[in-house]
This record gives sequence, C-alpha cells and structure tokens, in this order.
Amino acid sequence: MNDANNKWIGKRTIRPDGADKVTGQATFGADTTMPGMIWGKVLRSPHAHANIRSIDTSKAESLPGVKAVITSADVTNYSPEKSVILGIQDMRWMTRNVMAREKALFHGHPVAAVAATSQKIADQACKLIEVDYEVLPWVVEIDDAIKSDAPILHEFIEFEGKPSNIAGTLEHKKGDVQTGFEEADVIVERSFTTRPVHQGYIEPHACLVSVSADGRATIWSSSQGQFMVRAMTSMLTDIPQSSIRAIPAEIGGGFGGKTIVYLEPLATILSKKSGRPVKMVMSREEVMRASGPTSGSKSTVKMGIKKDGSIVAAQGTYYLQAGALPGSPIRGAVGCAFAPYDIPNVHALGYDVVSNRSKVAAYRAPGAPIGAFAVECVIDEISEAIGMDPLEVRLKNAAKEGTQAAHGPVYPRIGYYETVEAALSHPHREIPLGKFQGRGVASGFWFNAGGESSSQVNITEDGNVVVTTGHPDIGGSRASIANITAELLGIDYKRVSVLIGDTATIGYSNLTGGSRVLFASGMAVTDSTEKVIVSLKERAAKIWDIDPEAVDWEDGYARPAGANAGMFDPLSLEELAERATETGGPIGAGSQLNTAGAEGGFATHMCDVEVDIDLGIVRIIRYTSFQDVGRAVHPSYVEGQLQGGAAQGIGWALNEEYIYDSEGRVDNPGFLDYRMPVCSDLPMLDTVMIEVPNPKHPQGVRGVGEVPLVPPLAAIRNAIYDALGIRFYGLPMSPPVVLEALEQGEAAE
Amino acid sequence: MPDYRNINVVVNGVKHELDVETRTSLGDFLRQEIKLTGTHLGCEHGVCGACTVLLDGEAVRSCLMLAVQANGHEITTVEGLAEEDGSLHPLQEAFWKHHGLQCGFCTPGMLTSLAAYLGDNPEPNERDLREAISGNICRCTGYQSIVDAALDAAKKMRGE
Repeated sequence: MNDANNKWIGKRTIRPDGADKVTGQATFGADTTMPGMIWGKVLRSPHAHANIRSIDTSKAESLPGVKAVITSADVTNYSPEKSVILGIQDMRWMTRNVMAREKALFHGHPVAAVAATSQKIADQACKLIEVDYEVLPWVVEIDDAIKSDAPILHEFIEFEGKPSNIAGTLEHKKGDVQTGFEEADVIVERSFTTRPVHQGYIEPHACLVSVSADGRATIWSSSQGQFMVRAMTSMLTDIPQSSIRAIPAEIGGGFGGKTIVYLEPLATILSKKSGRPVKMVMSREEVMRASGPTSGSKSTVKMGIKKDGSIVAAQGTYYLQAGALPGSPIRGAVGCAFAPYDIPNVHALGYDVVSNRSKVAAYRAPGAPIGAFAVECVIDEISEAIGMDPLEVRLKNAAKEGTQAAHGPVYPRIGYYETVEAALSHPHREIPLGKFQGRGVASGFWFNAGGESSSQVNITEDGNVVVTTGHPDIGGSRASIANITAELLGIDYKRVSVLIGDTATIGYSNLTGGSRVLFASGMAVTDSTEKVIVSLKERAAKIWDIDPEAVDWEDGYARPAGANAGMFDPLSLEELAERATETGGPIGAGSQLNTAGAEGGFATHMCDVEVDIDLGIVRIIRYTSFQDVGRAVHPSYVEGQLQGGAAQGIGWALNEEYIYDSEGRVDNPGFLDYRMPVCSDLPMLDTVMIEVPNPKHPQGVRGVGEVPLVPPLAAIRNAIYDALGIRFYGLPMSPPVVLEALEQGEAAE
Repeated sequence: MPDYRNINVVVNGVKHELDVETRTSLGDFLRQEIKLTGTHLGCEHGVCGACTVLLDGEAVRSCLMLAVQANGHEITTVEGLAEEDGSLHPLQEAFWKHHGLQCGFCTPGMLTSLAAYLGDNPEPNERDLREAISGNICRCTGYQSIVDAALDAAKKMRGE
C-alpha cells in the first residue's frame, strides 16, 4: 500500500470511543449494576506464609445479609504435580493464586470470600471467618530464597534433586563465550538488582457476575481479554465455556496486569451459591498487595569488546522473582537482553525464583526491561573503556536483516540500526549540558506477538460499516481499526463503527497483550474487508451482468473495468447495500486467523537528567524515544505508547519499589508511598517514529506498545553517570540512594 | 447500627433530597445513589485524582469527602461539564481532539481538575499546567497529550 496515496492509514483520526470517555458515559469494570445485586469481598491472609489448618465460616454464614461464603473447597482444584497449561499460564498455579489452598503464600493471599447485601456487611462477615493458621518462616528476597537453608514454599518443586525455591530455568546459547572472551581486548562484568514494580493501572480490578438458575454465567469485567476471562473462569468453576458469556468493559489501564483473573471466578462461584448477581471491586490496597507486579531481579552480565568496537562475547545470568507461585518472565529477560546486537558468542541463563510475595503478572514487555537494564549499563561501560561513543558501539554491533538472534530466530528486515542512526543525528544530542546534568542512551527489544484474532465486517443496510473484533481496546485500537477499514473500502472513516464483541458475539481472540492487537486484528480485519470487497464486486457484476473479474473497487465505488470500463455508472457502497436483497442477501464477512510474522520491535532512548545534589532528586529534563514502529496506522496513539512507556520507565528507574516490613508485608500498598510519576515530574517526551514496514503484515504493522519500557532504566542510569560520575547498579535510584552515593563519593575524596 | 442523615444537594443542576448513611463517601454517593458512574475511584485515598468533582466550583476529591459534608452544596461531575444542549466543554473537545487519553479512566478527574484550574488561571503556560494536574495520575499517556489538550482548551476558553 503506497503511503502517499493513503487517505486514512497514518491519519490522526478522532477516536470512536472518545465522546463517551470525555463525558463520563464509558462503562468501566466497576460501573455495571443489576437488580438484586449483592457485594463480594475477599478475606486475605494476614501472614506472609502459613499453613491453613482449618477455616470456620459458620459465624459469617449466620450473619444477617450474608448470602454466600466460599473457600478453596469451592474452587476447582488442580494437583500441583502436573501442569495444566492455558496460553502462557498454568492453571495449577492460577487456582492457588485466586484462593489459597494448602497454604497462604503471601500477605494478602485470598483465603475465603463472602457475598452480602451491602459492602459493610461483607466486610463484617470477613471478620467473622475463623482461620486457623500455622505461621511458617517466610522469605521475600531472592538472595534469601536461594540459600540452602531457605524456607521452602513448595515441597514438590525440586532443583538439582532437592526441594528448592528455584522453580525453573531457561538458557539461550550461541557460539562459544569462552573463545569469545579470549578474543576481547576489554571485558567488563557487573552485577545488578531491580525491584518489583506494579503496572499501576488506575482502575482497580472489578467485575459483576450473574449466574442464572440454569447455571449460565454472564461476566462483566475489565480485563485484557474476555476470552481469557471465560476460559480461566470455566476451568476454575467447572462451568463449560459455552455457558459463560464474558462481556468486556472499557478497561482503565492494564499494561499486562489484567491478563489473568483474580475476582471473576470468585464472583461466579458466589453468584452461583447465592443466586444473586455479585459485584466485586478491589481496593487500591488489595491491588498493590495481591495483584501481580513484575519481578524484582538480580543479574550478572559480562561482555567482551575489541578495541575496534566489536562486541565478541556476552554472558548474562538472571534471577527473577516469580512471587509465590512459579512463572516469572525469564523468557523476556533472557531472550531480549542481547537481542538488539549481532554478537557471535552469547550465553544467557535465567532462574525462576519463588518467594512469599504476590504472584507476578505480565508488565509491558515482561522481563525485557530487566534483561536490557544490565546489558545496556555494561555496554555504556565497555564503550567508555575503549573510548568509543556508546551509540557508535551500538551502531557497529546492531542486529540487522539476516542476524541470528541468541534466542533463535534469524531476523527479517528490522529497524534497529535506523533507531541508532536517528539518535546519532538528532538535535537532542547537540544540546549543551550544564552542571550536574548528564545524558545517557540505551536500546531495547521486544518479541511482539501474533496469534489468534477474529473479526466480522458487516455492511449496514444504509451502506455504512460495522466492524467487530475480540480485543479490549486499551490504547486506541478502535481508531486504528477504523483507519484500516476505511482505507481498504475507500470511504470516510466516520462511516466505520468499530465495536468490541463479547465471547458470544465474536470468535475467539487472544489477549490484548504482547503488542499484538493491531498486528493480529489488523490482519483479521483486512481479511474480512477484502472478502467484503470481493462480494461487493460480485454484486455489481450481477447488476451489470458482466464478469466479476471485470469490476474494480475504488474509492468506495464498484466500477466496470477492462473491456467494460465506462460502460456503466459506478455503484456506491450505499447503492450496493440498498440492493443487497436482490444480489444475494446480507453483505458481510468474518475472519478467524492464527497470525504469524509479528517480528520484533526495537527502540533506542536518549535521556538528559539533572541531579539535585542537596536532595538527591534526579529530574528528567529531556527525553527522546527513537523506535521502529513498522507502520504508524494512527500516529497519535503510537506516540502515546512511546510516551507512556518512557514515563513508566522513569518511574521504575527513579522511584517505584515495593517496600516490605519486618513481617513480610508490603509496607507501601498505596499511591502515596508507591510513587508513580506525576505530570510535574516529567518533561516533554519527544518521539521519533521510524517506519520500517513489517514485510509480513498487509499494512506493515509492528507491535509498538511494549518496547518503549525496555530502554529507559539503563538510559537514565547512564545519564546519571554522565552527570555525577557515579555508576548505580541497583534500582530505583531514589533520592535516599542517590544522596548516600553522593555522600560516599565525598567521603572518598 | 448505621446512622443516616437527610441531605440536600444539587448535582449537575438537579436537586436531590435523600437520606444517606453518614459514613458514605461523596464518591460512593455519586456512583451508587445518584448513579453517575463517570466519577471514577482509583485509590480511595486522595492521591490519584480520578474521583475529582467540583463542589461549588472548587475541585475536591470525592473519595476523601463524606456525602453529608456536601449538604447544601452544588456538585458538578464530569457528566455535568457539557452544556445542556449536549455541546461539549472546551476541555472535553480538546481532550478528544488531541488524544488526551488512552484508557480514559483518569480523564474525568483531569477534566474536572482543569475546569476548576482554568477558571482561576485562564492563561497558564505548560509548566503551570503540569503543576496544576500533578495531583492527577495518568499511567497511560506520559501526560504529553493531556498538556497539549489543556493548552488548547485554555486558548479556546479565552476566545482565541
């Protein structure tokens, strides 16, 4: 598709859901109510680690207004011995995450739930549930969890032949690192730590579930996938998927954190038991204590470079916190760490470590920011050691088309090199810096995902278009889908209405996650729309009594082509819709695809900081993201992804962390003490979109949503070094940490 | 036993007289009693700003106020920002046009906070605006598009 001729792809069209969202009409997860509705509430463990000897719910059940009380006995059990895979999750862990079974594994772990006629009665009922706990020794930090005498969370998990908190490993190897390091002129090896950080969506988890007398469940909830909600709820309640209708609410942010269920199965069981619709809404404290952050980590990265700037060997070892149940994103850390570079010898190894924290959930390029943080910091140091500009080192070693990545694939056409080139020639790089100011750069990679997506494109009787897809719109995807459909049909985008179907009205569609939505649903919508165009041409041919092959579709009209060109007046979409009954009936087409060819996303970030040396505050004074975005179908929402990712990275680098108290409890479960960036913390976030179209997508789309969170951590750390001459090896680089480093530096002088 | 009080409030120009439980927050009151769910609860401890409404024109956190404290006052929620004929407030127009939202959950609080702020400060610069909304957390946008939208709305409100 030729860019210059595009009418809608690449245009900053006004989003279809905008009016509802600026007027308060949009329906989010907590906004739906039903007659007879009652309120659900979760009782959570007050201990970091405890055996549950017994639970007595009788007092709670006899409290007036209480309609149902449930425990793990009401949730479908899966033996811990055998995996039960659903997508990227394992349901034997999921059942234990939504409700503690043998043990309470973290402070805040659900142990029972109630439904009552008011929120206050539900609160009261929770207090009447008597749980007999046997408190156990607990462990929250990686170093403590992997010690030989550490408290073991799960006896059935073994590592090297004995019970362990190491629940899994992942290794990527390419070439031979030993030989590689022998060739190097300079070798740098450093160790790093990062803290767990929360996705920080402003909308807490919420749902309303109504189970009818015949056992059919209707679920309204805010999630990153109504089909995930249906499948997980089915597996945890034994209600067949055909009897569950999951209706997606508007979603108030997710960033990966809403790719699993917490409340939906509990509300379903409570509704089934009580015969009433049940609403459940988490408090912010519950979100912070019990929904997934991403992993904290420790890592060691060693890289060898020659004086000419070629990186000859790289080795990385990563330990990632899984939380209380296995499943940290080691694949993202180990797979993405070295992926921007063409390095002949690579060895990357990851460990999945359980400890008494809430189970981690996906967070924007899960694991990749952790992988990149260590690597991009070491690249800064090896560049300095050989006296070469760190961007030049990245350019020299950039992965390109044909490069074999350490995690396996041979890259097709990719745009990493272009992001570094753009950074090298950008005016940002020339702006002079003052005292205590510094500039840093870093790069990053994210896999991006394809997978299953369905779409339905229907022409209305008045000749307009309704498109239905199966993905919650988390960042403007409806606007982009409208752009694609309008472009293909050659009509005004305002004539295209894009809806998100529920599990009963559209075919299976995988999660809004993995930066896959516009890639995959764009393909499905293109396929459906092309089928519609074929049908429209056939109908025009029938009216004209000519061969369908002799009809063109152009600018919203069927036109006779070839030998018949000019023989008949063109037929508009409206005219064809009006005559649909006589030409074959309703006009519409569906498409259900398993898409492939998502191809990776690459970014390079440049960041300027200023350090307040009296207060230890690091201020971001300038920030530019350079990203290969494939094709920006809707540039404003692509820029929004780049800016939003950079802002989250700034929070991760400088302030955000979970603080645990001496009893293994999260000590900062609110926005006051868990400090996310506010508007006055940030400068203008500049973006440079580089379009290297994905050759495997009809519009050239690459996922853009996740890679923006990969480079910031190291870019900021490298900038602080440039400002102060101090290298940090742990996050966050918060004011107390910076002040202490400054004081130590002074003491050393 | 729950304690109830009778209150009189005007919400978006409509008078309401009803009994409320004394511990009900203004946010829960608006959402559950008046059925206006545009006011969003993000943290319920006064930090995220999503629940901001106008009380006699001043921006307040509806999660930190009790419904009984609103007795005798006029409240404007996001649903009340547009004109009666449905034409949008300049801030609503600008947020829509400048893509000043991704998920839209923080949007009602951003709009109400800015409506109050721009009423008092019609000619803000970018820095002023960043300070003005620093009590409203947006996790999606990085704030750039929100600041752009607010600058444009301020211009329109000045008649430029």
